[in-house]
Amino acid sequence: MHGSDATGSPYAPHTDEERSQMLEAVGAETEEDLFDIPTAVEFDGTFGIDARSERETRRLVRSILGRNDGLTELLGRGHYGYYIPSLVTHLADRSEFLTSYTQYQPEVSQGFLQALFEYQSLLVELTGLEIANCSMYDAATALGEAATLAERVRDTSGHRVLVPDRLLEGRRSTLENYVAGTDLVLEEYATDDGNVDLEALEKTAGDDAVMVYAENPTVRGTIEEGLESIGEIATANEALFVLGSDPIALSLLQRPADVGADVVIGDASVLGLPTSYGMGLGLFACRADYLRQVPGRLVGASEDATDRRAFTLTLQTREQHIRRERATSNICTNQAWVALRTAMHAASLGPSGMVDLAKRGVTRAEGLAARLDALDGVKAPVHDRRHFREFVAHVDQPAAPIANDLEKRGFAVHVVGEHEVQVCVAGVPDEKLDPFVAAFTEVAR
Amino acid sequence: MTEEPTGEPSADDRVRYDQARYVEDGQYEPLLSEKDLTRVEIGGESDGRDAGGAGDGDSPLPDDLTRDTLELPELSEPELARHYTRLSQMIYGIDSGPYPLGSCTMKYNPKFTEDVAALPSAAVHPDRSERSVQGTLELLYRLQDYLGRIGGMDAVTLQPPAGAAGEFVGIRVAAAYHEHNGEDHRDEVIIPESAHGTNFATAALGGYDVVSLPSDDSGRVDLEALEAALSERTAALMLTNPNTLGLFERDITEIAEMVHDVGGLLYYDGANLNALLGRARPGDMGFDVMHYNVHKTFATPHGGGGPGAGPVGVVEDLAPFLPAPRVREGGASKSGEATYERFDPEHTIGKVHGFQGNWLVLVKTFAYIARLGDSGLTDASAKAVLNANYLASRVGYDVPYEPFHHEFVASAGEQDAADVAKRMLDYGVHPPTTKWPEIVPEALMTEPTEVESKDTLDRLAAAFNAVASEDTETLEAAPDRTTARRIDQTSAARNPRLSWQALEDN
Repeated sequence: MHGSDATGSPYAPHTDEERSQMLEAVGAETEEDLFDIPTAVEFDGTFGIDARSERETRRLVRSILGRNDGLTELLGRGHYGYYIPSLVTHLADRSEFLTSYTQYQPEVSQGFLQALFEYQSLLVELTGLEIANCSMYDAATALGEAATLAERVRDTSGHRVLVPDRLLEGRRSTLENYVAGTDLVLEEYATDDGNVDLEALEKTAGDDAVMVYAENPTVRGTIEEGLESIGEIATANEALFVLGSDPIALSLLQRPADVGADVVIGDASVLGLPTSYGMGLGLFACRADYLRQVPGRLVGASEDATDRRAFTLTLQTREQHIRRERATSNICTNQAWVALRTAMHAASLGPSGMVDLAKRGVTRAEGLAARLDALDGVKAPVHDRRHFREFVAHVDQPAAPIANDLEKRGFAVHVVGEHEVQVCVAGVPDEKLDPFVAAFTEVAR
Repeated sequence: MTEEPTGEPSADDRVRYDQARYVEDGQYEPLLSEKDLTRVEIGGESDGRDAGGAGDGDSPLPDDLTRDTLELPELSEPELARHYTRLSQMIYGIDSGPYPLGSCTMKYNPKFTEDVAALPSAAVHPDRSERSVQGTLELLYRLQDYLGRIGGMDAVTLQPPAGAAGEFVGIRVAAAYHEHNGEDHRDEVIIPESAHGTNFATAALGGYDVVSLPSDDSGRVDLEALEAALSERTAALMLTNPNTLGLFERDITEIAEMVHDVGGLLYYDGANLNALLGRARPGDMGFDVMHYNVHKTFATPHGGGGPGAGPVGVVEDLAPFLPAPRVREGGASKSGEATYERFDPEHTIGKVHGFQGNWLVLVKTFAYIARLGDSGLTDASAKAVLNANYLASRVGYDVPYEPFHHEFVASAGEQDAADVAKRMLDYGVHPPTTKWPEIVPEALMTEPTEVESKDTLDRLAAAFNAVASEDTETLEAAPDRTTARRIDQTSAARNPRLSWQALEDN
């Protein structure tokens, strides 16, 4: 071990001798002499945090987290726990990926830049839009950034941001915080049986709308059928059409560019991350027209001094470290490593695997809904729509006790209404479905 | 390791990387090159590859709800393993060598924290019932408590997913507080010129006018200028201490009084907290709200630019405005164990993230703090400051402002700081942050952190000094020894090609 003080930082490598030499070189007796802190604000207490060995620390964390119940999660609503190939974990954990910083020196960051360039390319193919940035924090913050983008790129003096009346609370609340410092106001439009009520949207929209937001699939798990019409309504009012989705859904469902979407946001961490208490990866793609206004980092292709292809961060004059208060966003640290994992997971699936995974999201959700629908006291799905990955079920009994009883039997579902639960099949192994239906049969009657 | 750079770099490294996937003409291709692409018809004819049922023409949806095709690379697992391994070899990380990137606090990342974050019991859905995630809630509660003690703050939220997101929470909380008190006429945020760019962008995002504050001759807040800037319009002053020159704002008590006297709030940018652990606490200095860059101060890895986490601490008066939900202790369980519950602060601003922020980063942060404890954290600061002072004493460049703490800003003088950085790459070390803060001409902002040994610092100093003696021609030709030579950033911006699709179009 280094150092005489066994209770010091285990990651500071100084030996006693080196420490003395260094202090001598800078003309100080102790490190204390180097601190230029007025007595009035010096901290003379302790934090009361005991140091532990690595082994003890691992045991501590393991014992704390061991209090979590090991449930089978049939939970979705914006956060999904698909199986992640071992390839992703092992390669993303290579320490060069993990321990590098933002690629401010591209000559020694080519590997990460290329991986992010590939991630951007993945999103460009999935959305059909020309530009994707290399990550925001999550879908909710990406939605907030889309609203501030809409305010910047709209010529007219509009101020209304239209969102569906059914929007995840976390997305709506985050969006409200993002628009709080702007002139924008949120306004809801109605949905009808899970999907956008086109007539209601048309009435709500007007030329002072700057943005129309819709999702596919919706928060209720339904597949939106009116995307083209939504796009037309937005365009007729010169509002940005912002579509929320995710990479697995985009592998199969209508291509956003084909239905007039100007911006696509969503959570890309459906690929590459386990259920990590809501940790995400904000996907953000948009039309080339907004190139100079797009928030977040962009990786571009260039050449080096020998004319070989090389990658670099580009258009940084939009970013906070150069543009300061005129920046397109305040984002600095983003989710680069998660983007890497997402790109790895997508690459490991390949296009066939992505499409197949998406198709199974439809067939398994609709299959499970049909099985629940056959039970006494259950109607599923509630909406007479096509479903993706999840669906809402009506239960005759109050929903909360049903969810409680299911939890006692090892299954977690959402309660989304007095008599409504929401069930998601993403990442749930086939062999868990029979026991789930059996448990549901018991609790629902 | 202690070998002095010779100034005659060989091209060995570059050759090694090129050979890993040499195509022709000295070119290596990106993964997503045309030859790897496979187009899948959705619901159409089989493409003949092992499609796992994808291209079987058996779409569960009608055509008008689906896209027509999807075109992405299809590679085998061994091919992908080699691809990503090769990419990783073309990256310099803190595990590759010293990374004295000022203000970014690039510390060694303990490996065990990766293991605890990967525990299966850490992987839970955010919508789970309180009862079923007592472990997650307990860890969050304990981390809130740790951070509160370390910062001298009364209440902490762990939701913000990065430092800038933490700044945004701070600004939103300040706005909500002023509004609650009928003071919504406050529309200005004061920020020193030397502050991080995020401060300015965050204040603007929060709807505030930014009032820029000049530094005095010593590199610190100019009190007269501050006096002139403060008014009943002041919502907050955003400050980091030590500041970006590494200098402690010695007048902090007076600054806090001045801001509070006009009814403003004092915001602490936690980017430089690594210099203060156990020595001084923002709460004791009069700061009302602060963020912690846990991915800097507590050494969770930067992951090539994230994820981080930016918890926010506040004094008691501001606690009711924090994002929802937070975690608190509930009653004891039947077995006598403490239980934990979520709660919404009384006047909460709501949420700043769809769920609860970057949980896995928080697990690593908790493990790091629990490992080091009081003595380790305090020692980390001591060694970080010692290292910065020692390195500065060995570097031949002028260091105009002192005494500094964990980082110093040298001036490259007649040399171009960006060229200096490129040339340092040839000596096998990562350069410091360049050309910022702008107070120092051709700035080389250097932060070695506590994790570098004397030997490494000597090697870094040797690289600095070798470059200092070189001529412009040599510097402009650098780097010569890296995976890629000097990259043309101008053409990348003039002719943006941001995806492989854009490359194909050219």
